[in-house]
Amino acid sequence: MPNKHYIPLKNINDIPTMAKTLGTMLVNETGSWRNVRPVISNEACIQCGICWKYCPDMSISEDEEGFPVVNLVYCKGCGVCAAECPKDCIEMVEEVR
Amino acid sequence: MKYSIPTEEYVTSGTVACQGCGAVLALRYALKALGPDTVLSVPACCWSVIDGPFPYSSTLVPLFHTAFETAAAAASGIRNGFAIRGNDHTTVMAWAGDGGTVDIGIQALSGAVERDEDIIYVCYDNEAYMNTGIQRSGSTPWGAWTTTTPVRHFKKEEKKDMVEIMAAHGIRYTATACVSHAEDFVKKMKKAKQIRGTKYLQVFASCPPGWKMQSEDSIKALRLAVQTGIWPLYEVENGVYKINHKPKEFKPVEEYLKLQGRFRHLKPEDVEHVTRWRDRRWKLLEAKVAMTRELYGAEAAET
Amino acid sequence: MKKVLTGNHAVSYGSMLARAEVVAAYPITPQTQIVEKISELCADGVMDAKFIKVESEHSAMAACIGASAAGARAFTATSAQGLALMDEMLHWAAHARLPVVLANINRSMAPPWTIWTDQNDTISRRDTGWIQYYCESNQEVTDSVIQAFKVAEQVELPAMLVLDSFYLSHTSEPVDLADIALVDKYLPKYQAKHDLDPAKGHPAYGALCNDEWYYELQIKMQWAMEKALDVIIAEDALFGEMFGRSYPVVEGYRADDAEYLVFVSSTIASTAKDAVDRARAEGIKAGSAKVRLLRPFPKPQIRKIAKGKKRLGVIDRNISYGSEGAFYTEIKSCLYHELQRPEIHGFIAGLGGRDVTVDAVYEMIKITAGRSPETDINWQGAKLA
Repeated sequence: MPNKHYIPLKNINDIPTMAKTLGTMLVNETGSWRNVRPVISNEACIQCGICWKYCPDMSISEDEEGFPVVNLVYCKGCGVCAAECPKDCIEMVEEVR
Repeated sequence: MKYSIPTEEYVTSGTVACQGCGAVLALRYALKALGPDTVLSVPACCWSVIDGPFPYSSTLVPLFHTAFETAAAAASGIRNGFAIRGNDHTTVMAWAGDGGTVDIGIQALSGAVERDEDIIYVCYDNEAYMNTGIQRSGSTPWGAWTTTTPVRHFKKEEKKDMVEIMAAHGIRYTATACVSHAEDFVKKMKKAKQIRGTKYLQVFASCPPGWKMQSEDSIKALRLAVQTGIWPLYEVENGVYKINHKPKEFKPVEEYLKLQGRFRHLKPEDVEHVTRWRDRRWKLLEAKVAMTRELYGAEAAET
Repeated sequence: MKKVLTGNHAVSYGSMLARAEVVAAYPITPQTQIVEKISELCADGVMDAKFIKVESEHSAMAACIGASAAGARAFTATSAQGLALMDEMLHWAAHARLPVVLANINRSMAPPWTIWTDQNDTISRRDTGWIQYYCESNQEVTDSVIQAFKVAEQVELPAMLVLDSFYLSHTSEPVDLADIALVDKYLPKYQAKHDLDPAKGHPAYGALCNDEWYYELQIKMQWAMEKALDVIIAEDALFGEMFGRSYPVVEGYRADDAEYLVFVSSTIASTAKDAVDRARAEGIKAGSAKVRLLRPFPKPQIRKIAKGKKRLGVIDRNISYGSEGAFYTEIKSCLYHELQRPEIHGFIAGLGGRDVTVDAVYEMIKITAGRSPETDINWQGAKLA
């Protein structure tokens, strides 16, 4: 099911003169790649921002209380956040589909 | 949450990069330092693919894909094209992998540096031709497995020292950086942005599939590279060498090597070879720090 | 203002009049005087351009591509080995739809080393998507630089103008340099339709395409080439109105009532006129036709001029090894579906810079008039026995 970023192109009249991109890769919901998913325990979290810093998919943001929140639409489950968290408050759990 | 680097993002989620890709973080950090008034010249490399297939792109700055050898030449053209039209504020950055820099791209880079073109050239170094499936490059270190240096014939040539080659050109500013040390990298990129002329940075970027390691070890491996001294963090500015970070005591190189399957076949004498290489390199680096400080003055070193 | 200029300097002044903004070039004999003169013009403040003294021709074209992508008018010049070295980037410029203009001095490919002329270097590049103009005189060369930019910027395809090594590049001829204010009217400042200005957006150019859209993008290139033929003719007509000189894509000399027509290009076109006159004086109803464009190939104009002729000849200063001369192939092929197809001779002459004299062309005219073709390749002026 394509998301709102999908650009339907039917034929030669819809494409530019050269291969110039028209939209964003947010169309690609890489969350489907996951085998494991990060689960963050706010109790232990010191809001150091390291998980946000090292996420190669820019899938961690901050909630209203300053705790990290994972964007599961794009998180690939690489496990870097869990490995780098200095307080071990991120656990990679089996993804259930 | 605390933020040690700028928060604005110029790379979106949804890239087709592998899990744990260091190259994505490298560009993410570089663009945080440079901001939106930036144009990228990207030769054939992982980022040719990571950015996304037509009609989609994940970078929030204009990106010009160019042929493998030409990152620096295309960037020179872009820079001069902007200049003749009165734009001297847009940062032009050549963003290339190690293959496109130390092997096929070295001529164009050398030419651009000699002409002192006003561009930033960043090589994100994952130590092989990763985009084409992990073949060895001139930047592959001694001892590594790659598909063209299989275990029985692992690479027996030393890694080409590109930063030193740049320094030998008399380049205004060159530096190493490491994705694990994001703050240092961002600081160096900001510094580069302020300098007119050619700047070359080589940022160590991990590649879980190419280094044969778990994706979650991506940052750990890079940090160990710095902690074992295998990847020194240093700068050369106007000929003056400065070491940015020297571990009080180097961790044994094994800690770095054993994390990665590409080094699994190394025997104790091979590990010794790597250790000797590390030691010899650091001796030379420290000698250059002392020598250039003496030759070119202490003030220049204290930036 | 009239100046006596070599072909090379005619190129330099052409690039000055066309207000080339970024020149990225690498020296190679016999092109060197082009870039030397451009350096001089820039240093003297006569020309306002950035001259990137690149370290190879491959980088020269890459830099021109970058500059053009950034929205500037980009120009370079090269020859033979240099053109061959930048081949990858010739494809890149065309596929990226960038209106770079290049002047190529036709020089034979090595080995052996040579600096003399034949057309193999540019003939080998006829599939790259570049417009190709073959020039006969230094006046045409200067005017072609200007016309090339005008056309290239409209159809979004790069263009090269081509001239013979030494016979034109180093030969002085009078050239009328147009008043630059008038040139500005004909060729205004380049406004790129797509550029790299971050203020205008952040697309990626040249992204991975797979088999989903590559085909259609190539169709667009072919369509642009087809449109280019009309644009070239229209722009040449306008040039004629404004400057009093125009260059038909196929230009006949005593061709209308000719029975035997010989197709020529580059400097041989000039030589052929004298040979035609001699043949005519002997009662042979000969004519010549200069083919100025190889790409896009001017099929309608070739068909029109060949109509009603008894026999045709084509003089190629090139050869596609394993086949025949390139202009011969193109001309023969475009006449294939015509109801009336004259017999056609293919001659190869002047490879490696061997002089093609009036006598030589006269001989080829006589052969064309005298007998039916026996082979596709007739080596003229070669030491075969």
